[in-house]
Amino acid sequence: MASYPPAPPTGRFEMYSWLFMRVSGIVLLVMAVFHLLLMHYGIGVEQLNYQVVATRWGSPWWRLYDFFLLLLALTHGMNGARILMDEYLRAGGWRLVLKIVLSLLYLLLLVMGAWVIVTF
Amino acid sequence: MLERTSFREGLRYRGGSSMWAWMLHRITGLGVLLFLSIHILETFTLSFGPDFYNNTMELYNTIFFRVAEIGLLFAVLYHAINGIRITIQDFWPALWRYERALVWAGFVILIFVFIPLAVWGLLPVFRGEL
Repeated sequence: MASYPPAPPTGRFEMYSWLFMRVSGIVLLVMAVFHLLLMHYGIGVEQLNYQVVATRWGSPWWRLYDFFLLLLALTHGMNGARILMDEYLRAGGWRLVLKIVLSLLYLLLLVMGAWVIVTF
Repeated sequence: MLERTSFREGLRYRGGSSMWAWMLHRITGLGVLLFLSIHILETFTLSFGPDFYNNTMELYNTIFFRVAEIGLLFAVLYHAINGIRITIQDFWPALWRYERALVWAGFVILIFVFIPLAVWGLLPVFRGEL
C-alpha cells in the first residue's frame, strides 16, 4: 500500500529522476511559459518565418536559451513518458521494447534539435 | 517501488479533485510532449532552406492549429501550475493536509490566466481572419 503523502521513491536512479522532475519543472515554469508567451503573443505565430528565426538566432544568447529549453523540456517530457510506461505497462518484453523506442526517439529529437540550433 | 495500476482501476478509485488533478497532469504532460516532438521536427526543417521552412510554418496558420494552440496553452499552464503545487507540497509535507484546497486554488489561478489568453489567441478566428 502506498503511503500518504507519497514518499519520494527509493533507489539512486529514481531518486535523481524525482528530484530532476521538480528542479527542471521549476526552471521550465519560467523558461517554457516565457517562450510560449513571447512566440505566441509577443511575436505571433503568423509572423514567424525563416528571416525572423535568422534575426533571433543572430544572438548566441537566444541559441543558448533555446538549447537549454530543448534539453530540459525534452528530458522532462521523455522521463515523464518513461514513468507512465513503468506504471501502466506490465513489466516484460513489450515494455522493454517501448522503452528502447522511447530512448531512441529521445536521442534522435535531441540531436535534431541541437543540430539545427548549432548549424543554422 | 512503483506500484502498477491500470487506467480503469484509476477511474474506479474515484479519488475526487486530487485524483483528477493527477490524471490531468499526466494527460497534459503527454499532450505537451507530443507538441514538443512536432515542434522539434518543424524547427529542423530550417535546415532545408527558407522556402521549405516557410511552407511548413504556413500549416500553423489554419483554424485547426489556432484552436490546437489554445489546447497547448491550457496544457502548459495546467501542467505548470499543478506541477508547482506538487513540488511545494513535496518540500513542505505539512501542506499535504490542505491538498484539496490547494488543488482548487490551482484551478482558480489557471482559469484567471487561461481565459484572457485563450480569448486573445482566438481573436483572429472570431474576426474571421482564418
